[in-house]
Amino acid sequence: MASASSEVHGAVDPRTEYLLRLGDDSLVLGQRVSEWCGHGPVLEVDISLANLALDMVGQATLLLGEAGDGDQLAFHRDVLDFRNCLLVEQPNGDFAQTIARHLLYTTWQHMLLQRLQQSSDKFLGEFAHKAVKEVAYHRELAAEWTIRLGDGTEESARRMAEGLDWNWRFVPELFEVDDPLQAAIDAAIAPDPRSFEDEYRSAIAGVLAEARLEAPADQRPILGGRRGHHSEHLGHLLAVMQFLPRTYPDATW
Amino acid sequence: MSSEGKTGDWPLWEVFVRAKGGLSHRHVGSVHAPDPELALAHARDTYTRRQEGVSLWVVRSADIVASDPDQAGELFEPAESKIYRHPTFYDIPDEVKHI
Repeated sequence: MASASSEVHGAVDPRTEYLLRLGDDSLVLGQRVSEWCGHGPVLEVDISLANLALDMVGQATLLLGEAGDGDQLAFHRDVLDFRNCLLVEQPNGDFAQTIARHLLYTTWQHMLLQRLQQSSDKFLGEFAHKAVKEVAYHRELAAEWTIRLGDGTEESARRMAEGLDWNWRFVPELFEVDDPLQAAIDAAIAPDPRSFEDEYRSAIAGVLAEARLEAPADQRPILGGRRGHHSEHLGHLLAVMQFLPRTYPDATW
Repeated sequence: MSSEGKTGDWPLWEVFVRAKGGLSHRHVGSVHAPDPELALAHARDTYTRRQEGVSLWVVRSADIVASDPDQAGELFEPAESKIYRHPTFYDIPDEVKHI
């Protein structure tokens, strides 16, 4: 643990920092969505959610493996060392809340990956080229479900609105540019998320309009995930995810 | 999964997968889904997650017109004794696939 923590504590180069941010986003969201496995509302949706989770874990494997020792980074870092945005660690809630989170994150992720394909960094460019297709499917599926739930029954519309309302305050963090990200942008490693913020806002507005839902009122943005200031939810998620490799460090399949 | 069986509200769809270009779509199973778009998504997630296919069809099970099992005798048995209808009296070149 100590050695892995020292790997990421303090200053790391902008490229490693960026790999950790994207890798932790995918890892935490993949772990979250995998919590549905065996609990989906119906069998087909259970399988569908498990597939989404596996895609995310696959992305994390590539990104964290490039940042360092992927398993060490995933299983032997403490909560303050995680660089994921706050949106992806939010609890699943009901199916609608999970879909709201997935819509808000993967619409952003898809727009990011489209641009990341032109990264000056060979690995990131190739990663984006591979991941952009599966994330396009995530975005599309989340939009389809948002429309069906929003334009469904009175109950489904209420739940969808509540799910959006819960996650809405974590959207501004996706477009925050701090010093480490600015350095990655300057090196043409990372796209500037502010360059597609308008496109993002109108894409989400388009889905909500089709779903006959009002956009939630803008709330006070909550920031800090990229710097390790996480909500209480991430600690619980990591406890479940990290318990086995930490308790039995030499365990193998 | 909920034991409520909420898929009871959703129609059943038959799923057909084309394994690769040049082959016909083959029936592989069925899924529940509320509408055509989600039927395709469920079929994709259930039946093609291990690269099984390049194309998918879904059709509502209720739209399938099936033969009556009670008529199996009159429909199928007459063919049994007509071996000359089978194209088995010549050799197929090795290069010809999928026959």
